[in-house]
Amino acid sequence: MTAVETAVDMSTALGAVPIPSPVLTASGCSAFGRELEPFVDLTAIGAVVTKSVQLRPRSGRPTPRMAETPSGMLNSIGLQGPGIDGLLDGELPWLAERGARAFVSIAGVRVEDFAELATRLRGVPGVAGLEVNISCPNVESRGEVFACDPVAASDVVAAVRAAADPAQPIYAKLSPDVTDIVSVARAVVDAGADGLSMINTLLGLVIDPDTMKPLLGGITGGLSGPAIRPVALRCVWQVHAALPEVPILGMGGIRSGLDALQFVLAGASAVSVGTAVFNDPSALGRIHAELAAALETRGFASLREAVGYAHR
Amino acid sequence: MTAPHPRTTALTTPAPVADAPPVQRTVEVVGARPVDAYVELRLAAPEIAERAQPGQFVAFAVGGETSGLLLRRSIAISTAADGVVTVVVSAAGPGSTWLTQRRPGDTVDVVGPLGRPFPAPPAGARALLVGGGYGAAALVGLAAQLKEAGHEVAAVAGAASADRLCSVQELTELADTLAVTTDDGSSGRRGLVTLAVDELLPGCGVVYACGPMRMLQAVADAATALGVPSYVAVEESMACGIGVCMTCVLPVVGSDGLTRLSRSCTEGPVFGGDRVRFDDVGTLPWDVVGADAMGVTRP
Repeated sequence: MTAVETAVDMSTALGAVPIPSPVLTASGCSAFGRELEPFVDLTAIGAVVTKSVQLRPRSGRPTPRMAETPSGMLNSIGLQGPGIDGLLDGELPWLAERGARAFVSIAGVRVEDFAELATRLRGVPGVAGLEVNISCPNVESRGEVFACDPVAASDVVAAVRAAADPAQPIYAKLSPDVTDIVSVARAVVDAGADGLSMINTLLGLVIDPDTMKPLLGGITGGLSGPAIRPVALRCVWQVHAALPEVPILGMGGIRSGLDALQFVLAGASAVSVGTAVFNDPSALGRIHAELAAALETRGFASLREAVGYAHR
Repeated sequence: MTAPHPRTTALTTPAPVADAPPVQRTVEVVGARPVDAYVELRLAAPEIAERAQPGQFVAFAVGGETSGLLLRRSIAISTAADGVVTVVVSAAGPGSTWLTQRRPGDTVDVVGPLGRPFPAPPAGARALLVGGGYGAAALVGLAAQLKEAGHEVAAVAGAASADRLCSVQELTELADTLAVTTDDGSSGRRGLVTLAVDELLPGCGVVYACGPMRMLQAVADAATALGVPSYVAVEESMACGIGVCMTCVLPVVGSDGLTRLSRSCTEGPVFGGDRVRFDDVGTLPWDVVGADAMGVTRP
């Protein structure tokens, strides 16, 4: 990422933790950041949001894990990952040595799993905060993810907030596959979430017309990419309107600086770039530069001034 | 929690990583030539060409900047010399078809070189190269490198039919021996590549193969049965090519004897032929590391 010299102050924050750029990776779309090093200055982006980590190593689902869809893709990876020990021994020290900030996504099947992960991550160098993945559709219970139930979602968030390092903000990652996302948002904020990550993938399905069976090994999968951008933007808009003081990390199909700008105007104080990285591994630096230029063109002196502007 | 049991393999070690990291560049197409069922594209990509090692691949963005096709198309590098990278494209879907429609003067966004190259052969070993369909293109640069290093090279190119053969002329010029097979007998001998492989294997010190999975399995099995190390370049569908999407995995036995779902982009595409669990591709065997966390337990 080349440093961009615009007059716009692009600094923002995750909870109370300041970050120099509002552009972050998206969980599950940049592994643990290492593979992006040839293409992106990992210290210049807001943070590396890690692939969700669980207590134990996970193989993930069998292939096929991916189907290309109009302006997007469906995936059923199944949270493949090294487990918390692998993360603490390998990936987080690697990021910390480089001065890159990690926003660690945690996932589990029980409330206690999340709490234990938060405990293990207390005080770990380079960990700027936690994203609590209560909304991954690629878990055993599929549609019954925590984020579909305000009570279950609150239970997880309260347990994580109680266990986590007080210096680490926790963001709850919400699912768009709910009737009323505002009520889930309100519940997790009341339970102690410092911010909200919106949105996770939408549950989708592709059937192979040749085999006449579901294409993915996991049958259903998570839909991502520009196809879901209007849904994501609507979620950010609704939640910011209801809870204007709650920081939002916006995501869902962001591919350009103008896409990112829409999320900022809707109320996001930072954004994650996910599927676009598959198309353009240099996307994070490019989007930061495009967003800065777009803000400058529109007369904003800082990113912060633009957050939620569309509501005013 | 069941502990996965180590599998012992002795013939190959995992392919080492490439010498240089990849770059992303917008490059000009300087040649586009239909070759039977395929199109050979030549790209003016000096920074990729100078880094590329045989066995590596490049990943193309397709459809232009506003394309609704977001996923990269990963294609093996055929040759990389004098600032030019050559690939052979098979038009299978809308993305690869778009690539075959590029003409000299067009530009494409390409990332590479990616993946792990073919490891060097044992000193003085005769090498057998086996290519299936357009997979043969990935062996052209390797054949040249091996010949330059003084190795004797035997090659086999096979395909369903004559028009699906690839790089036969290049391999004829480079290899000491070339056998051609087609399923329908429209060129060379009628039958599978294994016909020729079984004859050429004795006396070889290493086998390199690229092509469809079933062919790779047959070639790897034949080599392993004779105690010959083999390296296969797999063709799994990838979304990114750089190691972040985790879609291109297959079960591979690591140096510790444990099986993991390994990314064919960054841990491959070149794997030891005796390390890929071909029969288990597309499944989740219980002894894969982390399968227990998915609820798959020892039967």
